[in-house]
Amino acid sequence: MSAVTTTLSPAVPVEARRAPFTGLRHTLLLTARHLRAARRVPMFVLMNLLQPMIWLLLFGQLFRSVVKIPGFTGGGSYLEFLTPGIVMMMALSGSAWAGTAYIQDMDRGVMDRLLTSPTSRGALMVSTLVYQSVLTVLQTVVVLGVAWLGGARFGGGAGGILVLLLGAALLTAAFSALSNAAALLARDQTVLIGLSQLLTIPLMFLSSALMDTRLSAGWVATVARFNPFEWAVVVGREALSRHPDAGTVLVHLGLLAGLAVVLTGVATRAFRTYQRTT
Amino acid sequence: MAAPGTALALEARSLVKTYPGGRGKPRVTALDGVSFGVEPGTVFGLLGPNGAGKSTLVKILASLSRPDSGTALVAGADVARHPDQVRRLIGFVAQKQVADPMDTGRENLELAGRLHGLTGSAARARATELLGRFSLDASADRQVKTYSGGMARKLDVALGLMHRPRVLFLDEPTTGLDPEARSELWAEIERMAGAEGMTVLLTTHYLDEADHLAGRLTIVDRGRVVASGTPDELKAGLHGDAVAVELRETTDVSRASEVMRRVAGSADVTVEGRQVRVRTADGAAVLPSALAALEQAGVVVASATVARPSLDDVYRSHTGHGFDSAAGADVEVAA
Repeated sequence: MSAVTTTLSPAVPVEARRAPFTGLRHTLLLTARHLRAARRVPMFVLMNLLQPMIWLLLFGQLFRSVVKIPGFTGGGSYLEFLTPGIVMMMALSGSAWAGTAYIQDMDRGVMDRLLTSPTSRGALMVSTLVYQSVLTVLQTVVVLGVAWLGGARFGGGAGGILVLLLGAALLTAAFSALSNAAALLARDQTVLIGLSQLLTIPLMFLSSALMDTRLSAGWVATVARFNPFEWAVVVGREALSRHPDAGTVLVHLGLLAGLAVVLTGVATRAFRTYQRTT
Repeated sequence: MAAPGTALALEARSLVKTYPGGRGKPRVTALDGVSFGVEPGTVFGLLGPNGAGKSTLVKILASLSRPDSGTALVAGADVARHPDQVRRLIGFVAQKQVADPMDTGRENLELAGRLHGLTGSAARARATELLGRFSLDASADRQVKTYSGGMARKLDVALGLMHRPRVLFLDEPTTGLDPEARSELWAEIERMAGAEGMTVLLTTHYLDEADHLAGRLTIVDRGRVVASGTPDELKAGLHGDAVAVELRETTDVSRASEVMRRVAGSADVTVEGRQVRVRTADGAAVLPSALAALEQAGVVVASATVARPSLDDVYRSHTGHGFDSAAGADVEVAA
């Protein structure tokens, strides 16, 4: 196994172990590392659930009669309308902080060690996105359970729930990539605070997460159509409804997937900037 | 790529690196044309005060940072052009802790090995071997955040060794460690450099550490190489010993300097407070006659010493300032 010899022959790649699945293998190894850390501090995962629970229960009660406004569409009770919105809000606000893991690795020498090893850059990026998506999926299951206990019933069935989970995972991947890129470029936790305050809040309210946009000011509905967060809400709400429109779901899933791929590519390139400025 | 047999383990050719100096300020020059070569199998010490450019050099050679100009080579491979090739050959222990505090020591090692392409069983075996060698067996399955500073640093070095690198970078490996942990780590570095025939690039701002570990030394100051050689060569380059006398009265200093210059036959006399030092070929022979001549001249001597040149003397003569005054408060000086 020790193909790396200690004698100094010329610098040919000593061990050209260019296995075709290196990137995939590294992704699995690094995802496992993040999951181990999360398992050791389960409080962190639970804390992330606190806010959506409060939203779900408070908003659900507060705006109960909203569904009675003439023109309001989208399900029986407000809780049923609200639940997919809350799931996506949770996914978005959680992924805004994804870059924290990089900041911690950069504050220590962990990132520098990984970058001076043959670790795949793509795997460094994708592993954090997979990890964040796993968290989102676990948290979504809890939120759906609480909503069900609160009386919400989802006509979309198991298939619908799977589509909702896929949408939430794609949203998580896209915004985690953005958060990672910000972390690599700014190397400072405060920029993530900015990201979560200045970006996610407007995105949440310029959408149909809490309110049917047909009842909002006209421009809100227009802006919402270009809002990736809204794409995810549309996917989730359609998927959970009794008669989902497959076309709408597919188009918006496609848009989310495209965004996730583009942002992942951009964020992976940010490693180069990090190294150039080190 | 270099021809077989001619490759140095490490080579820096005219490396220049500048950093932005902040708003409206000129760029800060970290490296101002640094060149050196390291023969395979040596422990090579990069010595210099904080901010001299040591870490920048290490980062460039380890493919982490790009120079503004110049070339860095590892085992003949151009770091900027073939970083993937270089990364398989090196182990990198940064100045900061490189182990993940959330994982256990064993998990850290196994992950590092597997990222380098070891199979699961090979990584497990190598991790167990290194944990044993660094006496970390008992804490192997504890999270690293529970480790003491010395234990964490040993694990850092073990992480750099997982894939049996040809070149190991150790950036200030013992900074912040207590004396016991330092000497333990020194012993381990010496042992592995000898046993594995590996090339080690060690940066330090401890003169005694450089003297103890490094087979060859390069002293950098303000981004430039100011001296290179083995520790003995560097000391021998100073031609002789330092004879120092401590006077009882400050008022005698100028008279004493005159006497010392005459007796030692050397113009290399320095005065610091009540201490007068002269550099001379044979200090042991000069001391008795110097003391006799001083007594005759009516100068009262409080104490006298003869010292072989230390790296601090080398440093002083090459940079024009003492090592400790250049490096700040937390620096130890070789006795």
